[in-house]
Order: sequence, then C-alpha cells, then structure tokens
Amino acid sequence: MRLKDLAIGIAALAIAAPIAATAASAYELTIPSLVYRTGPYAPSGIPFANGYADYFTLLNERDGGINGAKINVVECETAYNTQQGVECYENTKNQGESGALVYQPLSTGISYQLIPKAEVDQIPIFTMGYGRTSAADGTTFPWIFNPPGTYWDLASGMVNYAAAVEGGLENLSGKTLALVYHNSAYGKEPIRTLESLAEKHGFKLELLPVDHPGQEQKATWLQIRRLRPDWVFMWGWGVMNQVAVKEAASIRFPMDRFIGNWWSGSEQDVLPAGGDANGYLSATFHAPGPDFPLHQEILEKVYGAGKGAGEKERVGEVLYNRGLIAAVWTVEAIRKAMEIKGSNEIKASDVRDGFDALKVDEARLAELGLPNFTYPVELSCAVHSNPGTILIQQWDAGAKKWTVIASGIQPDREVIDPLIAEDAAAYAKEANITPRECNN
Amino acid sequence: MLYREAGQFKTTYDADQAIFPIAQDRWAVIAFAAIAFLVVPFFVNDYWTNAVLLPLLIYGLAALGLNILVGYCGQISLGTGGFMAVGAFASYKLMTSFPELNIAIVVLLSGGATALVGVMFGLPSLRIKGFYLAVATLAAQFFLVWLFNKFGWFYNYSATGQISVPERTIFGLVVTGPTAAPWVKYLFCLSFLALFGLIAKNVVRGRIGRNWMAIRDMDIAAELIGVRPLQTKLSAFAFSSFYVGMAGSLLFTVYLGAVEVTEVFGINVSFLVLFMVIIGGLGSILGSFLGATFLVLMPIFLKNFMVDGLGLLPVLAKHVEILLMGLLIMGFLIVEPHGLARMWQILKEKFRLWPFPY
Repeated sequence: MRLKDLAIGIAALAIAAPIAATAASAYELTIPSLVYRTGPYAPSGIPFANGYADYFTLLNERDGGINGAKINVVECETAYNTQQGVECYENTKNQGESGALVYQPLSTGISYQLIPKAEVDQIPIFTMGYGRTSAADGTTFPWIFNPPGTYWDLASGMVNYAAAVEGGLENLSGKTLALVYHNSAYGKEPIRTLESLAEKHGFKLELLPVDHPGQEQKATWLQIRRLRPDWVFMWGWGVMNQVAVKEAASIRFPMDRFIGNWWSGSEQDVLPAGGDANGYLSATFHAPGPDFPLHQEILEKVYGAGKGAGEKERVGEVLYNRGLIAAVWTVEAIRKAMEIKGSNEIKASDVRDGFDALKVDEARLAELGLPNFTYPVELSCAVHSNPGTILIQQWDAGAKKWTVIASGIQPDREVIDPLIAEDAAAYAKEANITPRECNN
Repeated sequence: MLYREAGQFKTTYDADQAIFPIAQDRWAVIAFAAIAFLVVPFFVNDYWTNAVLLPLLIYGLAALGLNILVGYCGQISLGTGGFMAVGAFASYKLMTSFPELNIAIVVLLSGGATALVGVMFGLPSLRIKGFYLAVATLAAQFFLVWLFNKFGWFYNYSATGQISVPERTIFGLVVTGPTAAPWVKYLFCLSFLALFGLIAKNVVRGRIGRNWMAIRDMDIAAELIGVRPLQTKLSAFAFSSFYVGMAGSLLFTVYLGAVEVTEVFGINVSFLVLFMVIIGGLGSILGSFLGATFLVLMPIFLKNFMVDGLGLLPVLAKHVEILLMGLLIMGFLIVEPHGLARMWQILKEKFRLWPFPY
C-alpha cells in the first residue's frame, strides 16, 4: 500500500507542467504582475500590487478593458527573490493571445536580470523610478523605460532640497551627509551621483550600508549618533524603512533632517514608530492620499462591487498611489500603441512603440481623474526617463497622513547627464550592442 | 520478477567491481542518461530550461559537492552559499580578464579557485568538530559574501556591485548571455553534472572515499589504522568546494546571467543545499540528486498546481506552499530518517520480491 502511494506521488511529480490558460474569444491583453506579498519586503510590495491591480480591474469593470480589449492581469509571487522572479517571467511571458505585454518587476535585482532577456524576447520593461539608472538612455536600452525619474535624479533632487533648507547650494559646503542604504544594487545606485555632488558642492558624504533584510540597524544608528551628520538620506525598502525610522527616533535624530527616497516614505514605514516619526521627510513623485476623482471611482466601482485587491481603508496610501500611477502610465502606453497600430490586437513590441511615444500631460491626467497628481511625462525614442522632478512630503503623526511641503524640485542635469552617458556607454561595450539611431 | 539478479554471474574482477553490478540498474542508468542527453534537448523550451532544468542540474551539482563533505566525510558545512559565490566571482573575473578563455575551462578553473578557498576554511576542521565546525563554516559564509560586496575589485568597480556575464560560445554555440538557446544551456550543465557525478561515484568507492568514511565513522579509530586526518579532511573540503564552486559558476554564467551576491548567495542557499543533502540522503550520490529534485521541483510543481490548476490566488498559494513544503520535509524525515535514497533502496528490495513477498 505504501509502495503504491509512493509511486503515485512520483508520477504526480513527473507531470509537473505549467497548465496553459484557456484562450478567450475576444482579444485579451495579458499584463503579468510580479508581486511580493510574502517575505521581508511584503509591507512595501502589497500596497503597490493592490494599486496596480485595482486600476486594471476598474478599466475592465467600467470600460470593458482598453478600447474593448479585456485586460488579464496575471499575478505571480516572487517574494522579491531573483530566482523566483525568473521563474515568473518565463512562466508568464508567452501567456494568452497577446503574450506578456509589459513587465513591472518592482525589484532592482529582478530588473537587472530581465534587462538583457527583454531585449532578446522583445518585451518592454517598465521600471518606474527604479532599476538601472542609465536605462534612461533609450538609444542603448530600447526596451527599458524608467520614467518619471531615475535614482540619480532623485539623489540630486534630495540634495537640492537640503540645499534649499540650508539657504542655498553654497551653504552645503562643510556639511556632512550620511547615506543609509540597503546593501544591494538598489541601495548602491545613488552613491556615484552623491559622490559627484559632494565633490561639486564641498559636502562630506558618509556611506552606511544596511544588510538585507535590514532588521538589525543598531550599529548603523550608533555610528550616526557619533558622526552627527547634518542630513541623513535613506535608500531603504520593506522592513528596513520602519526599523530605520524607529532607530532614528531612539537616538533623537531630528526627523526634518532625515529624508527617505521615494521607496522609503509610505504609511507602513512610519506608523510603527508612532508619534516619534512626526516630521519625517520623504521624496516622492506623486501626491499622497485618496482625494482624487479616480480613487472615488475605484472605491465605488471596484471596492463597491467587492472586487478590490486589498482593503478599502488602504486605498490612497503612498505605495497604493504609486501602483496606481504605474498602471495609469502603462495603460496610456498601451493606448498609444493601439493608436499607432490602428488596431487593438497589439503585441509586446507595439507596446514598446507606445512607451516610446508616451505623453501624459496635465490635461490628460485631469481627464483620467488625477488632476495635479504628478508631473507630465513625455518620452521619446532616445529619452526613456522624464521629467525627474520630485516632491518632498512630510509625515504628520497626529493626523496620520503625509503632506507635501515642497514641490517642483529639479535635479542637477549638469552632473547626471554625463554620468548616464558614461554608464550607458559602459553597458553597450560590455554587452556588445550598438546604440540605435533616434530621429528625434 | 523484473528486478532480480538471479542468474547474473560475475566471471571477472572488472564485472565484480562495476559501478552498477546488477544489469537492470546498469541499463536503467544508461537509458536515463540517453534520454537526458538525446531526447530531452529536443523538447526543452525557455520555461523548462530556465525555470526547472537549470536550477535542478546546478543545485544537483552543489548538493553532490556538499554531500561529499557532509555525507561522506562527516564535516558539517554551512558555507555553501559563500563557496558558490567564490565560484561565481572567480568566473566573472576570469571571463572579464581573459576574454578568449573557453567557458568550460572557466567553469573548471572557478571550481579550482573555490577548492583553494575551501581548503583554507577547512583548516579549522582539524581542531574543531560537529556543531563548532558548523559555526566556523558559517563564518566563511558571511565573510565571503561581505568580501564580494565590499571590495570593488571583485565586481570590476561597477556602480551597483552587480556582476553580469559576457557572451561566450563553445563549438560556435552561445552558452552564456540572453541569446543562448535553451538546449545548449541544458546540455552544457548536464554534461558537467554527468561527468562529475561519475567521477564522484568512483572517488567515493575508492581509497580516498573510504578514508573519508573512516574519518566520518570514528576519527580516532581511523587515525589508529593509518588514515591521516589532515590530508583526508582537507581533500574532502577541496573536492566538495570544487563541486560547489562549479555549481556557483554555472549558476552565475549559464542560469542567471546577472548576480547580486547578497541576494543569490545568502545564508538561505547554504541551508537549502544542506536540506537537499539531508532529505536526499547523507552519503549517497543518488540521494544528492533526489534531494535537489525534491527541493527544486516541489515548490514549482505546488505553485503551478495551486495557481493554474486549482485557481488559488498567488499569495495564498505561496503561503500554502511554504506550509506544505515544511510538512512534506517533516513527513519524509519521519517516515524515513535516512532520506529519499534509503527509500529508493527499500523500494528496490520490495521489487526484488515482487510479486511474491514473504
């Protein structure tokens, strides 16, 4: 009897094959969503995934998809792990009639993994404000898009904000800036820019790495107490953010001198520190809160119908909004692709053309129910990241909400553009590619 | 009936010393290898290669290496992830410094470099044993990962600390990089696994392997009968690290293509490979492969079954998967503490008597 059970078990193992999804009758757009709702990065991954999913659900419910083509969002759990990300990518890339149209991996590690693969498989990767900074150069990276800004734009913008508070860039000279970063490709991204800026403006840069997953930061913050930096910038993600905010509070570091990057400033990051987190700053590229017509529509038509991906109360959180705007830009690129092709039966390469011609201005945002939500984005064949403008938001622990305190902060293009050109050229040489010609 | 060696007489010493003395075993293994080499390459696609077969082959090689150390020589190691990182970074440095070097040679040299590092970290094993040695190798894990993350020389001072593989060919076929055909990658890794599996099988049957086992079973007794602990323990570390290093090299060059040391070679990899060895069966070549198969394929199978088959939400499926994997591992070890290899042996014993068991 036991022998038979074992044999059945082995037989079951042998037929472990991915079962293909059944094809629908009308043209269906497959959009894989690599999510992480488990593991140490889940606090950041869940709200983003919910925002991303809810917008597609709204379009399916309200308009029957995009120009009549239904959207099929295929979620795949990666746990922020590269190998599981590869499995998800291979599993979903040929799914459905359209094949995977665009990927949003939300992980620098998985992005680096997919950048060379996407080129071969001809699928665009939309790394919204993360991933490889030099992908902003569309001539070297034709399939990768990282609007509305890169990490280098962000780092420079954060320095410019600090300078504005100090009373001008010349006042940065002699100041100390500490960068607390996730000790990974993601966290190391801004270092090159900050080093160039430190040289240019004469401030001192201290680098303080925090190892994955970032639950243990006592030593880091003791060092900060000793160094007494004038500013602390943070490149954190997941559970690392909340620990850092708590540790900063415990050494009584002034919160209005502590700026998280745009992945280190959501509700989950500050709520655990309670009242001590009051005044914590973070960069962002869109407005917080649920007070936009689009949110009301989602609450009514998606959550009202019981089809919401998450909890109703969490609609409008910072990372929810981030997922939402990611979906909005993706859909606009798909619309553009349909417009260029003149049909809604598009493939991944058409979506690439759509991203190349992506243009979402304020009027369009208002039309979509997001007036004054973010800055206009306009991409072209050569420019894959734009505009790089950031906002600074501050946490109000009493009201438990984020408020924007500074906006329209521009990065220092003079420093960033040569760095991007240099890095893109290095990649082109390493991967043996000739940058494509762009007409515009 | 089918599996019975009655009537198979051995008339030469060679026949008596064969790896598979029973004809049925021999034919089964040859048939399996023939299918793996001659049939499977025609059917593999991107998904099967990149998501299933490559991790299976590469972790199989790593588990084989660790099994030599833990299963045959009895030295517990928690440094597998770190040693795999040595293999990966050695390949990267070799490939970028000597672009004309053949990829197969790069993999072998990376294994060699890892063997040296392994011997270095094996030195404490002469003084400390058991759990204390485990802690020393744990230090190797953290030290090596820290080293590759800290010093820019290892990743050629790239801005992010990521290493990515340049394109390399063998017999004019692209093996590494995104344009490599799935069957080429599969065959490349399979050849390494088959060749070094065969070597390992022979080594553990011979003098060196018997020395390892003597040390494992009782080191004082082994010393008394003339087994030198220094050479024996260090050779086990060298052999084991050589295999693990090759696995790390293949993981980086052929499978992933871009690697971030903290993420891919973290402590969880060390545990994963150790679990493969324990679940598969300590001191068994077949057990290493069975363990790797179980721990690589089971999560993918469970995921596909629950998400595509039963239509569960991916996140729920993930939680159930974690739960089920834990239960399965516990269940297997309660039913058969000596691992899957022992289970297979019992199965074979039953087949010998089938259909007339007494």
